[in-house]
Amino acid sequence: MADIVKKATRESYGEALAALSAEYPDLIVLDADLAAATKTGIFKKACPERFIDCGIAEANMMGVAAGIASTGKKVFASSFAMFAAGRAFEIVRNSIGYPHLNVKIGATHAGISVGEDGATHQCNEDIALMRTIPGMTVINPADHVEAQAAVRAALEHNGPVYMRFGRLAVPVFNDPDTYKFELGKGITLREGTDGTVVATGLMVNEALQAADILASEGINIRVINIHTIKPLDEDIIVKAAKETPFIVTAEEHSVIGGLGSAVCDVTAAKAPCRVVKIGVNDVFGHSGPAVDLLKEFGLSADNIVKTVKELKA
Amino acid sequence: MDELIKKQLQITACKVRMGIIEGVYNAKSGHPGGSLSIADLLTYLYFNRMNVDPKDPKMADRDRLVLSKGHTAPALYSVLAQRGFFPVDELKTLRHIGSRLQGHPDMKYIPGVDMSTGSLGQGISAACGMALSGKLSNETYKVYAVLGDGEIEEGQVWEAAMFAAHYKLDNLLAIVDNNGLQIDGKITEVMNPQPITDKFAAFGWHVITMDAHDFDDIDRAFREAESVSGQPVVIVQTSTKGKGVSYMENQVGWHGSAPNKEQYDTAMAELNAQLAALEG
Repeated sequence: MADIVKKATRESYGEALAALSAEYPDLIVLDADLAAATKTGIFKKACPERFIDCGIAEANMMGVAAGIASTGKKVFASSFAMFAAGRAFEIVRNSIGYPHLNVKIGATHAGISVGEDGATHQCNEDIALMRTIPGMTVINPADHVEAQAAVRAALEHNGPVYMRFGRLAVPVFNDPDTYKFELGKGITLREGTDGTVVATGLMVNEALQAADILASEGINIRVINIHTIKPLDEDIIVKAAKETPFIVTAEEHSVIGGLGSAVCDVTAAKAPCRVVKIGVNDVFGHSGPAVDLLKEFGLSADNIVKTVKELKA
Repeated sequence: MDELIKKQLQITACKVRMGIIEGVYNAKSGHPGGSLSIADLLTYLYFNRMNVDPKDPKMADRDRLVLSKGHTAPALYSVLAQRGFFPVDELKTLRHIGSRLQGHPDMKYIPGVDMSTGSLGQGISAACGMALSGKLSNETYKVYAVLGDGEIEEGQVWEAAMFAAHYKLDNLLAIVDNNGLQIDGKITEVMNPQPITDKFAAFGWHVITMDAHDFDDIDRAFREAESVSGQPVVIVQTSTKGKGVSYMENQVGWHGSAPNKEQYDTAMAELNAQLAALEG
């Protein structure tokens, strides 16, 4: 088996922006003094005249993005998830969401896998916050291939989009030659009837690994990749709820308000079924290597396997 | 300025004030004080300075105005109605269910509104974005942002002030409406933002002061602003909250309350008398 290629989705983001710059001459990218980390620096290098550093002032950056969008240009605003969704929440709501302006928010360093920087920078609340804004599209890509496709899809979509990217290099499991991104559509990666794992972001690869482990023990689970958390692909969730005995959701986000909550909203109303959420269990993170933190907080294939077996028992 | 033009602006501003009272009275809520203090400013901008077309509100090269102090929407709506963006009679629907005229400006539905505002401190950032966008594609439009003197207590205003100076947005003109009052009382007692002029100067802005209710002085200030290049301009206007309605003037209680029938009649009688004097 070939070596597994790993890449952080923040890099996919920066590269995608640079790649799209020629095709979209009115594409403007904003950052808040984090271009080297969010990887918008790659775009900056490609077209410095269309890169605007807003300094350490995320609230103003979101407002500036709104103003630019109001003049018809395409604009991405980038920062860490903590500051883009957290600090600037009310500006995103009132200056971007309410007027439904065509602003794309590229939020990197989401989740516990920020690692050593610790709890202040580990944003496990952004999906919850962004989901609550009417008209906001929320995308959480799982790997490099999906992230690049998602950036293009966001650019081509007319309306505000929140995109979530990670700091940690994660396995590239999608095939760039066959992968197709469709906004608002989940992807069934494995068929199975013993149970379903609905995953997003870096947990999708963990879910695939869990499925392999379980398959070797005769348990066949369905694996669904939800890259667009809002609008959620309700059909694929309802189908899983009806065809398999339970659903396990897996996300690198608080169990409150994220993918798991979104799935429960659908199942409760349309196809009641047992749903167990794997995520950050209403606690703050702490410093440490990202890979170790993911294990510690149960964001791993092993924990998915364990959870599925418990539900099967 | 030309006496005939000035007289016409004074007449229009008086009608704008009537529209403010009409709207707030019919809504039984709203913000008359800070609306009346910017009535002359907005009249001057929309009738004597800005390149706008009521028949083409989204005209690409139009000048833009962001009412960062969005709670004074009645003033903006009244000026836009006078300018022909929508019927003056519609002002009576302010804040009603089904009306386009939301309590705070909504750019999605109201012709002539360039930015949705209402949460203080945010409009100035959007105005920066519009000005920057114009610079990036060499467009000639101007962007006006109207802020309250209490509003500049918001930290985001100073993030935006830094941004505008850093990117030399000389196509951006901010006006701070210094009427001296905010909801809880005098600005100098609640959270003193003074000296406003020195603060903006320190942030790298060209600072101009003007009398908010004297069209000669308003015209002088905007002509000076036009001559500035390489930096953003702020005009700090000294105004009277509630200007034009005697019992509302300089009364903090009229920040956010509507007149009853008797008070409405008094206000309209006063404004009608002012109009008759101007037209007489």
